Amino acid sequence: MTTPNVVLHVADVHKRFGGLHALADIDLQVEEGQTHAIIGPNGAGKSTLLNVIIGKLPPSSGQVVFDGAVLTGRKPYQINQLGIARVFQTPEIFADLSVLHNVMIPALAKRDGAFKLNLMRSLDSETAIRAEAEHMLEDVGMHSRREMTAGSLSRGDKRRMELAMCLIQHPRLLLLDEPTAGMSRHDTNTTIELLKKIKARGMTKVIIEHDMHVVFSLADKISVLAQGRIIADGTPDQVRGNPKVQEAYLGGAHA
Amino acid sequence: MRAMSRNDLLLFLGFSAAVLLMPIWMQPFGAAYPDLLQRFMIFAIFAVGFNILFGLTGYLSFGHAAFFGVGSYAAVWSFKLLSLDAIPALVFAIVVSGVFALLIGYVSLRRSGIYFSILTLAFAQMSYNLAYSVLTPITNGETGLQLTLSDARHLDAAIGQSSVGQPVPTLLGQSLGGFAGFYFCAGFLILAFFLAQRITGSPFGMMLKGIKSNQTRMNYTGFNTKPYTLAAFVISGMYAGLAGALLAVTDPLAGAERMQWTASGEVVLMTILGGAGTLVGPVIGAWLIKYFENIFSAINDSVLHRFFGFLPDGVADGFVAVTSKFVGEGWFLTLGLVFVLIVVFLPGGIMEGVRRIAGLFNRSRPSTTAPGKPVRQPQPAE
Repeated sequence: MTTPNVVLHVADVHKRFGGLHALADIDLQVEEGQTHAIIGPNGAGKSTLLNVIIGKLPPSSGQVVFDGAVLTGRKPYQINQLGIARVFQTPEIFADLSVLHNVMIPALAKRDGAFKLNLMRSLDSETAIRAEAEHMLEDVGMHSRREMTAGSLSRGDKRRMELAMCLIQHPRLLLLDEPTAGMSRHDTNTTIELLKKIKARGMTKVIIEHDMHVVFSLADKISVLAQGRIIADGTPDQVRGNPKVQEAYLGGAHA
Repeated sequence: MRAMSRNDLLLFLGFSAAVLLMPIWMQPFGAAYPDLLQRFMIFAIFAVGFNILFGLTGYLSFGHAAFFGVGSYAAVWSFKLLSLDAIPALVFAIVVSGVFALLIGYVSLRRSGIYFSILTLAFAQMSYNLAYSVLTPITNGETGLQLTLSDARHLDAAIGQSSVGQPVPTLLGQSLGGFAGFYFCAGFLILAFFLAQRITGSPFGMMLKGIKSNQTRMNYTGFNTKPYTLAAFVISGMYAGLAGALLAVTDPLAGAERMQWTASGEVVLMTILGGAGTLVGPVIGAWLIKYFENIFSAINDSVLHRFFGFLPDGVADGFVAVTSKFVGEGWFLTLGLVFVLIVVFLPGGIMEGVRRIAGLFNRSRPSTTAPGKPVRQPQPAE
């Protein structure tokens, strides 16, 4: 059983790809309001773990429980409707649509559910949704770009817009897959500030990250993954001092 | 529900005016006779509906002629069994083609991309072949389904109405021949365009655009995309059914050839030629293709000789010999070349060309006082 303040419980999850044991014995508890970082060298299984949580990959055994509901076996849209939003490593956006519409679509998903046949309603009359989207774009500093086609944005702006697309749904859990990958130092710092702002609102987050600067400025709790196993678990200070972590990282690509 | 935005309203009014005034502005093009104008209306409805699936949702169906054909058969059966009035026939055809689209769409939409296209093509070819073989009791095979004096027409019989001579479809007892038939079809095209405009501008339409743009994001955003794509499929199938039924109203003979894959391909060409994803594009594409099919194919050598009559004999013969390959039976060649040119240079179809020209005008307006290029004098023909 999960304790009341545990939002996400990854219980004894294994994932095998043929002979490869990508995830073994993963047991992870994410508490309400916390930012939980998952770090590890390349190929440690971080993205696989995220894909198991979000329902993209079925675990070979074990299960993922979110707020009392078993996620295993549910479809991505059902998992989102339970209150989990995801930011991808490569931004998944509606490249042909305007920035404003990109942010309005998730707001409509939150309000109308997985399917609604509202053929004769005009999108122009959705003033509340539009105002909400504009407000969210202001929040992430992109209001002046709202009429641009999303595909023409810079990578940093695409990521910020994707974040706005997730935040407008007020998710109970936000999953971030390397939110600063491929960003300049400046963009990285802006993103950290933005994520700190979200954190102040008490949103629960699971974040996968390479960049130690990002992890140590944001995380309340860190789990270190190496070769498909969690080798260390604890507060940033505990993890920093753990010899096993240093070994894993010195042995890996990150010196 | 708020009224339409100003731009939408202007587009709708402009479109309606262009449609209703077609018998006038088509005159210089030699296409202002009701038979052809009716076809312009019918195939424009077909293309507008097809665009909801292809242009908005991004699913390329290669079997939409099946729904067109089903609409025609359903309408003729309504004329035979119920009444010669056009309205019950249209309603019946839309319902039947909608149910048919629901079944085919449910199976085909389990796949996307090329596999979806192949599945729809397979279903349509299956329908076409069934219409010629085992379904002959319903379709009357190669002869085609037609009206006879001995048809039951239960509704008409119930109100004591009987027709004299060869039965023809009517509207509340009025004949639908000639321009009456054109305006009847034009009314439905305007209605079809209005509905497509509303759907495009609705939250539902935005979701269809989202599915076309990034289906993965739609799923992770909390949308069940399957019912959205199925709804788009059924709506476009019903549009096709309405178009097929209107063709049966103007000419109450339904044959299986309208379900053949070439007919399905034609509506794809219309939509791409005009501009997939735009509202007006598919209509223009439909008109252009039907114009080529009916007008260009009717041009023969003597017409060309008259056209090039101002040239010296030998030169004129040369011109006629070359151009005759592109008209008459060679109209496919012209259409093919136009299609290739448009897809290569204007991937967004004719509407992209219109947008580019409008963009040029907007850009050049502030610089009209600047010295332009020297104006070329028109050269008289040698």
